[in-house]
Amino acid sequence: MSTTTTMLPPSPPGFISRSLVLAGVATLLLGLAMVAGPRYGALLAIGMGFGLALEGFRFGFTGPWRRMILHRDASGLLAQLICIAIVAMFAFPMIAGNGAEIKGAHAPIGLAMIGGAFVFGASMQIVMGCGSGTLVNAGSGNAVAALALPFFAIGSFGGAYHLTWWTSLGSLPVVALGGTSGLAITLAGLAGIGVLAILFGAKDSWRIPRRYWLAVAALAGLAVLHLAVAGQPWGVVYGLGLWVAKGAVALGADLSGSPFWAAPGNAERITSSVLTDVTSLTDFGLIFGAALVAWWRAGLGSPIGVYPARAWIAVIIAGLFLGYSSRLAFGCNIGAFFSGIGTGSAHGWVWFVAAFAGSWVGIKLRPLLGLEARI
Amino acid sequence: MTRGHVVFITLLGVAVFLGLDFANSEPLNPYAAPPLMSLGSGLAATGAHCAAPPPTK
Repeated sequence: MSTTTTMLPPSPPGFISRSLVLAGVATLLLGLAMVAGPRYGALLAIGMGFGLALEGFRFGFTGPWRRMILHRDASGLLAQLICIAIVAMFAFPMIAGNGAEIKGAHAPIGLAMIGGAFVFGASMQIVMGCGSGTLVNAGSGNAVAALALPFFAIGSFGGAYHLTWWTSLGSLPVVALGGTSGLAITLAGLAGIGVLAILFGAKDSWRIPRRYWLAVAALAGLAVLHLAVAGQPWGVVYGLGLWVAKGAVALGADLSGSPFWAAPGNAERITSSVLTDVTSLTDFGLIFGAALVAWWRAGLGSPIGVYPARAWIAVIIAGLFLGYSSRLAFGCNIGAFFSGIGTGSAHGWVWFVAAFAGSWVGIKLRPLLGLEARI
Repeated sequence: MTRGHVVFITLLGVAVFLGLDFANSEPLNPYAAPPLMSLGSGLAATGAHCAAPPPTK
């Protein structure tokens, strides 16, 4: 007679546990609004919404690009383009009609910007996470992302420290589309890329799954709300570099040698509470939101992937590159691609081309670095 | 090691960072905070963003 042992799947949290956690989250948000100001509580809530949407609907930026390149699956890329188009339809009139209250993610095109986007694209495929993706993945228990995150932050600090030197290598004036004609050009450009994706995609891969539609609706709504609340589009990597800058100053470092960190606005951010920094709050929210979804689904009991030592070293190096390159590129998938194109910046388009090319390289490198899990 | 351990370490790291920042940064003042919405406030947006062009030397 043999005995069979059955592994039961972990049971999801009960009603009381979920209610208590939701009450805790509400208390946290209201508490922040009371002690720091209503805008900051709202921004943390919006960041949590981003995390809930990205993790809850299993949507992102790195994965869909990987599937487009490897499997010619256009659905995720198309969903991204539609999401950006929706944001643009709200953002362009908001920027045009509200002067200094609302500003876009407008940055110059330059040599370092293009190179930075290319390196970022390769690095994000190695880590399997972009700016938002690394935060979301770390929040949901992905060990690769959790290890990459602190090095991403260190790299972001370093890239910002040297940013002025890099842009001096060659940079065009900022080109930003605006008004109705600018919106029409942006939507036409997005449509053009969408047509190319459909043409190069596998048969029927243009069909967008329901969960992607839900993600598109949630992310677009939250992005427009973020623009209205913060007066600036959603971004990620500034906050990561700021955290390291704060740590460096707390340990006695002198950042006056960096034109970037010594600039009045950034120096003020270093001395101010991180709970008043726009991108830091939404970054924290991404982590919290993803962790909440992972816990809610009872998905925290599964073991982490097993990788060789060279893979973990590659993750550390790729994390540094992610941070450094994203500063040179004036943003990651969120700050440059999503928000840049969505608010009319020409650099967002160039970023997309360079980062997509870099992604192809990163996808080729990933198995060579031992990052295909041996679970 | 499970994903739960990774989440715990990540959240612990965030909590420690927030605690250290709270101790080392200027105190929060909700009465000097900007209004809830930038849109319609009449105030210029002053938040930092990764796409902002760098300061000149």
